[in-house]
Amino acid sequence: MRGFRNIFNVRVLRGFLSIVMFVALWQLVVFIKVPYLENLPYPKDVAVGAVDAAGSKSYWFGWGISLVRIFVGFILAQIIGIPLGLAMGISRTFKDFTFPVFEMLRPVPPIAWIPLAILFWPTREMSIYFLVFVGAFFIVVINVIQGVSNISVSIKWAASSLGARPKDIFWKILVPGSLPSIITGMTVGMGVTWNVLIAAEMIAGQGGLGRMTWEAYTNSNIPFIVVGMVSIGVAGYFCSTLVRWLGEKAMPWKKRF
Amino acid sequence: MTARAQQLAGALSIKNVTKIYDPEGVHVVAMKDCSFEIAAGEFAVIVGPSGCGKTTLLNAIAGFDTITSGQVFLDGELIASRERQIKPDVERMVVFQNGALFPWKTVMENVIYGPVVQKRMKKQEAVAVALEMLHQVGLNGIENRYPEELSSGVQRRVEILRALINKPKVVMLDEPFRGLDAVAKTVMHEFLMNIFCESPCTMFFITHDLDEAIFLGNKVVIMTTRPAQVKKIVQVTLPWPREHHLLASKIYLDLKREVLEAVHEEAKKAFEAGEREMA
Amino acid sequence: MISRLKAIVTDPHLLRALTGILIFVGLWYLFTAVLNLPRFRLIPSPLAVLKDWFSLTPASGRSIFTKVYYLDIAYSVGRTLAAFGLATVLGVTLGLFMGWSRTLYDFTFPLVEILRPMPPLSWIPLAILILPGVEIAVVYITFIAAFFATVLNTILGVFSIDKNYFLAARCLGSKPKDVFINVVVPGSLPFVFTGLQISMGIAWMSLVAGEIIAGKQGLGYAIYEGYFLYQFEHVISYMFTLGILGYISSALIRATGRKLMAWESSRRGE
Repeated sequence: MRGFRNIFNVRVLRGFLSIVMFVALWQLVVFIKVPYLENLPYPKDVAVGAVDAAGSKSYWFGWGISLVRIFVGFILAQIIGIPLGLAMGISRTFKDFTFPVFEMLRPVPPIAWIPLAILFWPTREMSIYFLVFVGAFFIVVINVIQGVSNISVSIKWAASSLGARPKDIFWKILVPGSLPSIITGMTVGMGVTWNVLIAAEMIAGQGGLGRMTWEAYTNSNIPFIVVGMVSIGVAGYFCSTLVRWLGEKAMPWKKRF
Repeated sequence: MTARAQQLAGALSIKNVTKIYDPEGVHVVAMKDCSFEIAAGEFAVIVGPSGCGKTTLLNAIAGFDTITSGQVFLDGELIASRERQIKPDVERMVVFQNGALFPWKTVMENVIYGPVVQKRMKKQEAVAVALEMLHQVGLNGIENRYPEELSSGVQRRVEILRALINKPKVVMLDEPFRGLDAVAKTVMHEFLMNIFCESPCTMFFITHDLDEAIFLGNKVVIMTTRPAQVKKIVQVTLPWPREHHLLASKIYLDLKREVLEAVHEEAKKAFEAGEREMA
Repeated sequence: MISRLKAIVTDPHLLRALTGILIFVGLWYLFTAVLNLPRFRLIPSPLAVLKDWFSLTPASGRSIFTKVYYLDIAYSVGRTLAAFGLATVLGVTLGLFMGWSRTLYDFTFPLVEILRPMPPLSWIPLAILILPGVEIAVVYITFIAAFFATVLNTILGVFSIDKNYFLAARCLGSKPKDVFINVVVPGSLPFVFTGLQISMGIAWMSLVAGEIIAGKQGLGYAIYEGYFLYQFEHVISYMFTLGILGYISSALIRATGRKLMAWESSRRGE
């Protein structure tokens, strides 16, 4: 009953109204031929395009390809980035040696790696995995380092005085203590990763949502460009939600973050 | 007691005030039929178990929140009822529990904020008045510092000055000295008492600290647990300015026993109510 | 003086940093120039990159002694500045009002939420198609990327302001305009600047993508051209150039933030 009242309150209504107004404005802009925007498709055409797409196998194939690329690159970034970040956060000496190199490479925009990646990796697919990896890797490492340094010294002391060995401190204090930052890094990294993937697919990819959108452009199938954009948005949203959900599962002591 | 004798304003009259919070059907009666009077120029201290609705009352008087029924009058003027709620203004000044000095303004910018923003004084005038006030209470040389560079005791004093420069009728303080250590507290008590003796305003002071309540107030209002009502009013007739050795006198100890008994009864009820809610 | 110099030279942190970088460059050299490992055959060695980067007569025609190098930089910096500036002005303004006015927030936030998950780079085809000229398309893509990061962080900034500051301001006799200037704007600044840092990073990334796909000049375009013309030395030197520019721009934002938020220095314990 209370949930019902929540759904129909004034704020949800305003949100709904704003979306309706947005679509109406879109329709109007195309209809009265506002300069430049007149090239946009009508909302209706996009809807038809979306229905067509949903019925075709190749469209869902594109989803699959993009999602696989994201997950491979993203998970690799976690597998390599989290231990590296932990090591850099724990050992001052290790950080002194590695951090400068890291800082030297970090400001290079991930997309600028595209030519080098294509050159280096034997297959296109591998170079795309690598680019997605680069997109998430630096953010993950930075966040893990920050997470470790945010753990207060008193917690470590308390643990030692309770008889914890270094191994225990690592697994029971440092890892869970830096978890919130790790999750933040994953959330931000996921956003960047999609960006990189779309660019990589448009430039170098075979298949995938980004490539599909680009091909719609080269075929002048304008409604399908918009369908592609929306699909990419939905896919990105799905991945971010997944990361957030994982974060909530991994950190039951934090209700919200 | 020179300025006090001249003209006192800020009589508060709280009549049958009830406040029910009802967000999404959770019916919480914070205050029920609460009535009491504070005469102009009185130092009223409100004590009671935590969560009993003291701050609710403060919000109603300050104009931050509405009330469900009843009325609040300030010098005979209706400032809060079910239908009418006068917006916050400079007559009713609040000093907040955790401090609300603007961290991005210097001490001087904070103190002169009120008069300048109300266009009551030119900036230069306000600066002169503020410097004089800071000087009087011995806070020299901090006017260009940012609040977070100062101790919390100094921050609280500056915040009280920021309120007083507006010459309010009522100053409301919501546990302003919570979290200060005992030494800092005594400094604050003397500071507040001196200020009170010099300015013709009413004080509405919320606290948990019974010593503080009796030492500062001439009227101690003890509230019941939720829904809040007045449990007992104790008049403290000790003359101002009060000295700290009073804390050991017989008359003080008798007062304290009286207040303590009333508060303890309510605290026990609150505790049991809490247990019930948990169960 | 000499002892200070000595202290700097023998500082273990600096020494380790240099060692770290040397190891990295050494491995790179070893893999490419000495061992000539299979996958590294096409990758130029660090020496080759440096030679080309600082050559008076570079094979690629692009080194620090050529006009075209600075022209590329000027194009990219100009586009980024235009997009970032516009995104900051519009994004901060919109974010402040959205955070401040519940009604505006309710009406606009669902739209922002719908448009935000779309990666800015997915706009590329549509932007090229409907906007007049490649230049505007590239700037628009860069703008869109920076804009959402700025709006969202500004809204968060307004939400982060302690409610008591608003109440105190009202008590002290502020009109809404005064609350906006004295509470909303300064109170949200720390978050705004975090947002600007992020938005600058995304802006550079999107710029490179935009230039690769649609551009006619600029660092990103030159990198891709270098790839096609087999001038891999300048692909790498341009990557580092982009890195340096990105680093400088984010340092500038940090410095500006520190200047505008003098009150924060005590919180940082300076």
